[in-house]
Amino acid sequence: MSVCKNVLVYSEDRELVLQLLGKGRALADKAGGELYALLLGSGITGAGELFGYGADMVYVVDDPKLAQFGLEPYRAAVLEAAGKASPGFILIGATKRGKELAARVAAALDTGCMTECVRLDIDGEGKLRAERLTYGGSTISTQVSKREPHVATVPARAFEKLEPSPRSGEVIELDVDLPDARVKILETREKGKGDLGLENAPVIVSAGRGFKEQGDLRLLEELAEALGAKMGCTRPVAADLGWMDEWIGISGRKVAPKLYVACGISGTIQHAAGIRDSQIIVSINSSETANIHDMSDYSIVGDIYTVLPALTKAIKEKVG
Amino acid sequence: MTRMIVLLKDIIDLTEMKIDPATRQPRTEGVKRRISELDERALEAALQLKEKGGGEIVALSMGGGKTRTALLKALAMGADSAFIVNDDGLAGVDALSTSKVLKAALEKIGDYDLILSGEMTLDSLSAQVGPRLAELLDLPQVTYVKRIEIVEGKIRAERDLEDVDEVVEVEMPAVVSVVREINEPRIPSLMNIMKAKRKPTEEWDAAALGLLADELRANSSVEVLKVEAPVVERKRIVIEAATVEEAAAKLAEAIVGEGVLEG
Repeated sequence: MSVCKNVLVYSEDRELVLQLLGKGRALADKAGGELYALLLGSGITGAGELFGYGADMVYVVDDPKLAQFGLEPYRAAVLEAAGKASPGFILIGATKRGKELAARVAAALDTGCMTECVRLDIDGEGKLRAERLTYGGSTISTQVSKREPHVATVPARAFEKLEPSPRSGEVIELDVDLPDARVKILETREKGKGDLGLENAPVIVSAGRGFKEQGDLRLLEELAEALGAKMGCTRPVAADLGWMDEWIGISGRKVAPKLYVACGISGTIQHAAGIRDSQIIVSINSSETANIHDMSDYSIVGDIYTVLPALTKAIKEKVG
Repeated sequence: MTRMIVLLKDIIDLTEMKIDPATRQPRTEGVKRRISELDERALEAALQLKEKGGGEIVALSMGGGKTRTALLKALAMGADSAFIVNDDGLAGVDALSTSKVLKAALEKIGDYDLILSGEMTLDSLSAQVGPRLAELLDLPQVTYVKRIEIVEGKIRAERDLEDVDEVVEVEMPAVVSVVREINEPRIPSLMNIMKAKRKPTEEWDAAALGLLADELRANSSVEVLKVEAPVVERKRIVIEAATVEEAAAKLAEAIVGEGVLEG
């Protein structure tokens, strides 16, 4: 059995902290340990609200050196908290900064780390077991971490936060001698909101090899206009035919729109890996046996050359 | 002279991977191998830095029996030499042990100013080896780089984060990992492919690096128990109608009914 039973969670994203606490609570209860949250920054507020979401103890490192993310000071603060809480399990939010931080912390603690875990549980031997995407997102690997502390990073929305309850706990300010960051930030540029790429598009219509000629993509454009959608395509359409600059799939973009309309797309595992997180998938393909129908919510077995104009018209009538 | 070491992982070509429909397991046997795409972009970044400011590029890989063939492409693209750690005893070790092996290899290679890799390899998606090496070698790390240059002997890079782009500066030596936006890797010419075979390549096993493969394997933390394609949970409603217009109208209604067009 595991010797260290406590769970420590950290993320710079407060909403993700709450989700980590939701999962962390379940792990701590199963292991028979306590749940620690760590807050890092300058001018931290609201540490007390974390108890309601499951924390037993909140560590706070409030220091001007943490006002902006710098790897070395953040790493030092997490290691200090880990030294104090002696956790058997460390969960870190899998933001980009969280992932680089987790890898550093795991290396410093001479232990493993499982990246972007979508499921987590403690197995019969007290080890942390996880499920995470591998092979470009086309498979799910079940993995077990054998060394303590078990470190895992967790993406947003993988786990749910608890309903807040009237619990209380202790807020402890840690006094850490933080090093300066070695990388100097010269400039920070906000990403333009108008420049939403495929990754952030709420609606995407996408072309596969069912399109015979580049000019035929106007059928897709018309549907895109009616739906207010961005256009995408499969790998062969971009990489082999060169009709678009980039594609959706395992080696291209991964998208997560509310609506994905696959037009003339057969549905390879490579393409499936790129669209898995779509809320609703619609497909139009003339082959009844095309894989895409199995991965769709709604599909029409039919010719895109007749279905797309009819769909464009029907959408315009519905939406006005 | 800037000496750059590019970490390259030889993986299966994911565009050719198939899933066994009965077991839902990936078929990896016999699938063509290649350098993980983001690592190839790290090499391209190194090549462009060399073209601007001179330098030397060393390819380093921990792999298996076929890695030498995969690395020929790196040499054909323009790497000056290649080192491969190939030891059957290290098969399947995790990022913790891999980074220890690469650290030993880097120390054996000697002087370097820059260690480059992709932000993650596309098979494991674990995004750890770069930062772990920075920790083990006590070097600064610059991750998620989409633009890089050397200005007055320092690295200047643009990082692609979720909310912002960050322009940073750091002294060398440093560990840098790149994202796909950084460049499009060049396609080597036939002549360069021929020349690649004559470039210096050296293979080491764990013992050559002063390491014990058994120990590294035993101390590896993360063990993969199972790899499977996920079960697709979709409604799978096939819309049937007498005419195309009718089917389209039904589909439009379903789309609107899902509430996915709002906002």
